[in-house]
Amino acid sequence: MAPDTIKVGKHQIDAKEYLAPGHTFCTGCGEALAIRLACKAIGNDAIIAMATGCSEVCTSPLPVTSWQLPWLHTLFENAGAEISGIEAGLKAMMRKGKAPERDIKFVAMGGDGGTSDIGLQSLSGALERGHDFLYLCWDNEAYMNTGIQRSSATPYGASTTTAPAGKLSMGQSTQKKNLVEIFAAHGIPYVATASPSYPFDFINKVKKGVAIKGPAYIHVYAVCPTGWRTTSDRTIEIGKLATETGVFPLYEIEGGKYRINYEPKNLKPVEEYLKAQGRFRHLSPSEIAKIQEKVNEDFALLKERAERLPAG
Amino acid sequence: MSKRVPLEGSFATAEAARMADVDVIAAYPITPQSHIIERMSEFVHNGELKAAFVPVESEHSAMSACWGASGAGARTYTATASQGFFLMHEVLYFVAGMRLPVVMAVSNRAVGPPANIWGDYSDAMSASYTGWLQVFAANNQEIFDFTLSAFRIAEDPRVLLPFMIHMDGFTLSHVVEAVFLPEQEEVDAFLPPYKHPYAYNPDNPCCYGSVMSPATYGELKKAQDVHVRGTIPVIKEIWKEFGDRFGRYYKPIDSYKAEGAKTLLMVAGGLSETAKIAVDKRREQGESVGLLTLHLWRPFPFEDLYKAVEGAENLVVFDRAPTLGGPTGPIIGEMKAALFGVRNDLRVAGILGAFCGRNLEVTEFEEVIDRGNAICERGSQEMVETVGIRG
Repeated sequence: MAPDTIKVGKHQIDAKEYLAPGHTFCTGCGEALAIRLACKAIGNDAIIAMATGCSEVCTSPLPVTSWQLPWLHTLFENAGAEISGIEAGLKAMMRKGKAPERDIKFVAMGGDGGTSDIGLQSLSGALERGHDFLYLCWDNEAYMNTGIQRSSATPYGASTTTAPAGKLSMGQSTQKKNLVEIFAAHGIPYVATASPSYPFDFINKVKKGVAIKGPAYIHVYAVCPTGWRTTSDRTIEIGKLATETGVFPLYEIEGGKYRINYEPKNLKPVEEYLKAQGRFRHLSPSEIAKIQEKVNEDFALLKERAERLPAG
Repeated sequence: MSKRVPLEGSFATAEAARMADVDVIAAYPITPQSHIIERMSEFVHNGELKAAFVPVESEHSAMSACWGASGAGARTYTATASQGFFLMHEVLYFVAGMRLPVVMAVSNRAVGPPANIWGDYSDAMSASYTGWLQVFAANNQEIFDFTLSAFRIAEDPRVLLPFMIHMDGFTLSHVVEAVFLPEQEEVDAFLPPYKHPYAYNPDNPCCYGSVMSPATYGELKKAQDVHVRGTIPVIKEIWKEFGDRFGRYYKPIDSYKAEGAKTLLMVAGGLSETAKIAVDKRREQGESVGLLTLHLWRPFPFEDLYKAVEGAENLVVFDRAPTLGGPTGPIIGEMKAALFGVRNDLRVAGILGAFCGRNLEVTEFEEVIDRGNAICERGSQEMVETVGIRG
C-alpha cells in the first residue's frame, strides 16, 4: 500500500494528489504548483469555489477535470459571495438537522484580478460578515488568462499588454495595491502571505487558515513564466528572489499581530529580481533605483509593524 | 383550516417563504422589495424561522450567495427589484444553467434613467431569456400561493429550475389585502424536503461550471431550452394539486368572461384586476368582451394561449414595459409571434402604458378596448401606441 504521507525532513506532506495530472497549465506555472500544495494542506473534507481565471480554465475543460474535490467555478467577481452561500447553506442545514454535522473546510480561490479588482467587493463583504472560510489569492500580478493585461496588483514598472513599455511609457505607472493590509483592516482572525518557493511555510499557513474559525486570507505569490517573460525552469528561484529581495516578504497577521516568517540578514538588491524577468527589461537604472527605494520603505514599515505589534 | 389575515404583498411572499421553512435568505435592500427582506430578517431573528439570513453587500452577491446555498442543498429564497435585478443579471443565467431551484420574488419596478422607484415590468421583461420559470401575480393571495407552489415546482426532480414571482412594486408590494394562510401541517404535506441530486458534497466530489467548447455548447443550450419548455405539464400538475389541497386553482392564462367573447383583452399582473372592472362595465352594456390574465410568462404557454383565444376575433394585449427602438411591447410582440401562422384570422392589437407606477383607471382600460378594437378593424397600427401617456 502506498504511504499516506511523504516525509521531507521534519515535514509530513499528504501523499494524495487532489489536482490530477492532465491539466493544461503552462510549464513552470507557479500557480499550478501552489494549488497542488494548497490542496494537500486542505485535505478531503473541503468544498472549493474558484473565480474565473487561468486555474479554472486549465483544470476543467469539459469533459475532463483535474479536481478530486468538490469544485465550483463561480463567476469572475463573486467567489466571496458564493463561498458565503455555500457555508451559510450547509451550516444552516446542519443546525436544522437536514445535513449531518461535519467539519467542512470552505475554500475560495481567485487570481489577483478576481481578488484585487472585480471581486474585491464580494470578498470584502464575505470577510466582513465573518463567514468561516479560507480565501487563497493566486497573485501572478496581471490578467494572465486573457493575455497579460494589467491589474491593480501589477507592480510598478512591469510591462503588460494594457500598460506596455513604449515610447511614452515605462509599463505600469501605479503602485501595487496592498491587498494584505486591506484584508487585515477587516479585522479578520488570520491574514498571511505565502509562496510555493517556501512550500512548508506555505502548507503550514494553509493548514492554519482552514483550521481557524472565521475568515482567513492568504496572499500567494504565483510566478508566471509566460506573463513575466522568464524561463519555466526558474519559477522556484524567482519566487525565492522575490522574498530575498524584500519584494514579497513572508509574514502573517494573526488577530492584528504581525510575524515575519523569513527575514534574510541582508536583503538582496531588487535589481537581481528585476533583471531575471523580461517584463522589467526596459527599466532604466533610475527606475530600478526608485523601485529599490520603495521596497526598502515597505520592508522597513513591515518590520516596524512587526516590532510594534508582535504576534508572540 | 386556513385563516384570513390582512397582509401587504411583501409580507405575503415572505409568509410563504417562512412556511416553506427556507434554509437561506441572501438579500440586499432595494426599494420596493425591502419589506420582504425586512420581514424575513425578523422571522430569523425572532426565532420564527430557522434559517441563515445573509445580508450581502450587493444584488450580484445576493444571487451569487443564493447560487452557493442552493447548490449546497439548502432551500433558498431572495427578493429584488429594478436596478438590483439588473445587477443580478449575469448570475441569473448561471443559477438557471446550474439547475438550482432558487425562488425569488421581484417587486416589479421601472428602470432608470430617470431615477425612480415605481412599478412597471421593465425589470421583469429583461429576464425573459435567462431560463428562469416566471409568473405574474395579480393580487396578494396569488403572491402567497405562487411563492409557496414555486418551491414545490422548482424543486421537483423533473424541473430543478429557479422560479421568479413577479409582483407589482408598491401597488401590490405595499398594499394590504386579505390573504388566506394555510396551516403549517398543510404546507408540510404539500411541500416535501428539498434534495438536490448533485449538491456540493465532499463524499461525492463533482466538478461544476466547466469550460465548454463550440463542439458541445449548442447541444447543451438546446437541451436546456427543451427542458425549460417541457416543465409546463409539471407546473400544471402541481398547481392542480395545490388547488385540491388549498381550494384555489391556477392556470397559465386565466379567462374571465371570455367565453364566446369577440374581443379579448390580455393583461398581466395587478392591473388585470382593474381591467376586470372595465370588462364588467362593457359586458353590462352588452359588449362581447372578455379578459385574459397572463400568469405564466416562462415557459411561454403556447397551448394555453391557443385554447384561451379560441373563437375570438380580436386580441388586445396590454404591455407595461417600453422596448426602446424594438418592435412594440415585449408581451405584445411575443403574443403576435406565437399566434402568427397558427391563428392568422385572429387580429392582434397592442397598447402600452402604466410605466413607472402611472395609474391606469377603469375608463382608460375601456379606452384600451375601444382603441384595440379599432386597430383590429383597421388592420394596422403604429409600432408604439400608448394609453395615459402624453405626447
